[in-house]
Amino acid sequence: MKLSLGPLLYLGSRDAVFDFYSAVADWPLDGVYLGETVCSKRRALRLADWLEIAERLNDAGKQVVLSSLALLEAESELLTLQRIADNGRFCVEANDIGAVQLLAGRVPFVAGPHINSYNAATLELLADLGARRWVLPVELSRVTLAQLQQARPAGLETEVFAFGRLPLAFSARCFTARAHNLPKDDCQLRCGDYSEGMAMNTREGEHLFTLNGIQVQSGGTCNLLGAVNELLVLNVDVLRLSPQASGMQEIVALFRAAVDGQMAVPEAEQLSAAYLGQGVCNGYWYGEPGMLWQGESM
Amino acid sequence: MPAMSARMELVCPAGSLPALRAAVDHGADCVYIGLRDGTNARNFPGLNFDLTEARTGLDYAHAAGRKVFMAINTYPQPAQWATWTRAVDSAAQLGVDAVIMADPGLLRYAARTHPQLRLHLSVQASATNHLAIAFYREQFNVQRVVLPRVLSLAQVRHVIENATAEVEVFGFGSLCVMVEGRCALSSYVTGESPNTCGVCSPAKAVRWEEGAFGRRARLNGVLIDQYAATEKAGYPTLCKGRFEVGGQTFYALEEPTSLNVLEMLPELYQAGVAAIKVEGRQRSPAYIAQVTQVLRAALDACQADPTHFAVRHDWLAQLDKVAEGRTHTLGAYHRPWQ
Repeated sequence: MKLSLGPLLYLGSRDAVFDFYSAVADWPLDGVYLGETVCSKRRALRLADWLEIAERLNDAGKQVVLSSLALLEAESELLTLQRIADNGRFCVEANDIGAVQLLAGRVPFVAGPHINSYNAATLELLADLGARRWVLPVELSRVTLAQLQQARPAGLETEVFAFGRLPLAFSARCFTARAHNLPKDDCQLRCGDYSEGMAMNTREGEHLFTLNGIQVQSGGTCNLLGAVNELLVLNVDVLRLSPQASGMQEIVALFRAAVDGQMAVPEAEQLSAAYLGQGVCNGYWYGEPGMLWQGESM
Repeated sequence: MPAMSARMELVCPAGSLPALRAAVDHGADCVYIGLRDGTNARNFPGLNFDLTEARTGLDYAHAAGRKVFMAINTYPQPAQWATWTRAVDSAAQLGVDAVIMADPGLLRYAARTHPQLRLHLSVQASATNHLAIAFYREQFNVQRVVLPRVLSLAQVRHVIENATAEVEVFGFGSLCVMVEGRCALSSYVTGESPNTCGVCSPAKAVRWEEGAFGRRARLNGVLIDQYAATEKAGYPTLCKGRFEVGGQTFYALEEPTSLNVLEMLPELYQAGVAAIKVEGRQRSPAYIAQVTQVLRAALDACQADPTHFAVRHDWLAQLDKVAEGRTHTLGAYHRPWQ
């Protein structure tokens, strides 16, 4: 089972992003997703920068996939998408059906977590159009995954979002700007001030969601480290680990050790607790509300 | 697509036969309905149609020269696949004027099995750009697309100019803040979402508490909002509660409010919008009658003379009276909302 590092979901400075991926080059990962998936106003890095990072990671033996936006509205966003699709070198992750339209039959692509792949007929369609890999929607359970694994077309890889705050929703509205009483058109890129997003708490202090610009994420960090053996049995090809600001190297190492059988799964899961932010969840995996946690208390 | 459609259709919701009759009697051009199961995005207890009722409703609408659309717009998982394909087969056999669908696999089934069946793309498919519309048109011959409630008016215009299918937009009703079909907030808290179960913030997960603090609304135990004794309490939809962010407690995602595009009707008409949709299959026949009547009058006035169209105060008063939060917004059509 391969390990991939998901795209950076939070806004960082150009230098910080370059430094981060310099370090990532040495981590025990098989693949890395690069690029902006949340907001087109985040332009600290240009496509040329991402391609430069992609080459370095490629030289370091990582399979690179260029990710694309989940919400495509403006023509400028479609033009950026076109340039990503035309990169001529790396596979592309589609996160909107508009991207599938551009890539179909031309460029091998990954149907990302924001493509609604809920059944075998959809997987067949995506494979016919040139998808090499699909990502299980975050709200689906192990039971549905098992059924989809039975039915998936030959040659189509399956990836599961296994670690990180879950990307749950997108809006036209920027919630970070709203929390600062700013309109989106004058957002001042305030999301860049929050390396882990802004906590949205209930009035009883429960960290329910995380606001990241126009994206709403889970409050808890999804951790499927404890399910690694089940994921292996289900013939999942890739686990996606979504980067967080700190402790990511350790998380990657623990998943690597568990997947390769170098460390017992319960032990790896136990050790991962030190690197989780506020709250942990895995409910979706068990067919429960996503916010719940089943297993040893963390 | 032409810059101005011959006539903008008024598409109204019906969760029951009385609601369907109310919509037809008060001037809807089309009524959309769903079957009584998880195949549609208003899978609420006591709502929707069995096949006999659908037949009766269809006959009633057709006798009046109106159309009926059937929404089959949730995302079937493997174990439920046959229920969804059966729903598509039933819609074709009933002779509905269109089915409103979202799932790519199910759209492919419908296009292959029932090539004569007219397909509309549900808002739940999240088609927010002309490339996505081209995809559904080319793959499944989708004839009309319902746009998510996330685009500004300028973006709606641009999509229509480049679209290869008719465009329908929301005109009135509860406002989804998130891109429809891309929101799992409800399943994160309750286990059920629009995509998986056709529900958002399901009633069975709602619990009210009363005490010295006033009233508290919980969704599967999570506090969504707390109301002082003097405050009017709303249904605890996840995205319309008050939460704490950065030390402030406020409607962090959205206020309880309704979408109302009356003041923008001429622009939508001139942009070439094919149909205006009213949200609310869960609403009562009286509500449907009221809203349909006002929108019918407004659409007629707009289409008769778009340049001199003015929103009448009594229209707004009648709509605000029944609207969520008793207030309205232009939502994302109006850029500052974003």
